[in-house]
Amino acid sequence: MLSVPLRADAHAFVGFVERQKNLIRRYWLWEAVWLVYSLVSVLSIGYLAAGLGSAGGAAPGRLDLHRAQLYLLIGALLWAYLSIVFMEISFSVMWERWEGTIEYTFMAPVRRLTHLLGVCAFAIGYGLVRTLVVLAISVPLFHLDLSRADAVSALVVLVVSTFPLVGLGVLASVLPLLSPERGEQMTVAMQGILLLASGVYYPVTVLPGPVQAMAWASPMTYTLDGIRGALIEGRGLAAVAPDLLALVLMGVVLLPLGLLTFGWAERRAKRLGLLKRSG
Amino acid sequence: MTQPAVEARGLSKRFRRSGGSPERDGRRWRAPWRRERRPDLIALHPLDLRLERGGITGVIGPNGSGKSTLVRILATLVLPDAGRAAVFGHDVVGESLRVRRHINRVSVEAAFFKELSAWENLVYAARIYGTDDRGLRGRVEDVLGRFGLPADTVDRPVRHLSRGQQQKVAIARSVLTTPSLLLMDEPTTGLDPRSKREVQQMVDGLRRESVTTLLCTHDMEEAEALCDRVLLMDRGRVLADGTPAQLGRLQNLFFELSGRDIEDADSEAELEEAAC
Repeated sequence: MLSVPLRADAHAFVGFVERQKNLIRRYWLWEAVWLVYSLVSVLSIGYLAAGLGSAGGAAPGRLDLHRAQLYLLIGALLWAYLSIVFMEISFSVMWERWEGTIEYTFMAPVRRLTHLLGVCAFAIGYGLVRTLVVLAISVPLFHLDLSRADAVSALVVLVVSTFPLVGLGVLASVLPLLSPERGEQMTVAMQGILLLASGVYYPVTVLPGPVQAMAWASPMTYTLDGIRGALIEGRGLAAVAPDLLALVLMGVVLLPLGLLTFGWAERRAKRLGLLKRSG
Repeated sequence: MTQPAVEARGLSKRFRRSGGSPERDGRRWRAPWRRERRPDLIALHPLDLRLERGGITGVIGPNGSGKSTLVRILATLVLPDAGRAAVFGHDVVGESLRVRRHINRVSVEAAFFKELSAWENLVYAARIYGTDDRGLRGRVEDVLGRFGLPADTVDRPVRHLSRGQQQKVAIARSVLTTPSLLLMDEPTTGLDPRSKREVQQMVDGLRRESVTTLLCTHDMEEAEALCDRVLLMDRGRVLADGTPAQLGRLQNLFFELSGRDIEDADSEAELEEAAC
């Protein structure tokens, strides 16, 4: 049996997950649009890879088209997942501002950790479901060679990557608390920088020096590297250990940092009177 | 000794104000992100307050008088600069989670996820207040029925409800979480006369629930009709404190003590806000 405070936390956790689910259901048309958009993006990347040989004029044997296609498709699919999780978490404060419910939620007798865990749990679940739909539709359209893939390694990298990703999302969700006027724009800009710097469609070594520095600081870089290594080259757990270690270390830093920063930003917003809808 | 519902000592709050983008200073160019610094807005001068349990206490004053700041501090949504406030003996800063277990708030804009149904919003409220939805449906229909709302209201998206209906659902939501202190921040502002009367009846009915109610309004007649005690505020200070019978016509008293009509004070506050 759960104690009373734990039971209250459990109810609140379910409340946040259920609220997010209800919002998705009510805005189903938008969700359908985003799903189609994700699917089209992944398919475009897949066909771009398929056409590389003729469009790029590469001599036979110079470019492994199947490998390039797999490389790009994994990037596109992972970005579809990672960006949904990142957006769902980082937009949680923003949504409450749009709806005008932020004060109501922040006034409820619920620990912020429970609040954020509820939002993150939904984000991960929803991100997985949407990505699996895209995966199920897109992969049969391409003749992908996954005979060497180590699915267990890929899955472990994906699970471990969740922790730093959640930390990063919580850090981004702080921005609308810091600046009601410009926080939303900054969150979207941050997502764009992650796309550029994390090597979604190319190895990060092709990036200029300063952007490469950002790449090594992004957990998505290690997620992509580890999963690509596992699925394309069949790297086992030992071989993806450096990526796993980097992700664990980043999780250890980013998760508490995100929570501490959120707490600090909430206190700042309360000190400056920024929680109000109008800001 | 029984703790009072609210006790505040030397509670004060000021807000930083930034002006708009600076005008061009003659021919001198100034960066658009630079903001004119304006004097701080003193929302609450040091305030001492003790509210005993039960009854309805009105906080009356024009816009910008400090009513909402007081409510937000008690609701743990704004941190005071100085002084201390406690709700049922719990400090609003140091024990905010305990305070939140005792309170709920109805604001001028009913805070709902507008695309969700009233029921989905109420279940969400029940859950984040630490309860499940067992038996909730019956209680919701009972409360809404008492407030004159048909049972099917609960399944309609909130955006399809009138402002009056939304405000009634907001009050029902606050009652369902069984608060000991209910903070009502202008719950009747902007409602049509009939909805306003019905919401006032609902507020009056809260006496039977043994809830301590703090009702902020700038409607003097509403305060005279509903409140057991009235705090008359202007520019962050309490001008008068007493029962409606002791204070007499609040409109006249406000003019005597502040030197201006409440309508003029509201207009001044709106102009001030627009300039920020």
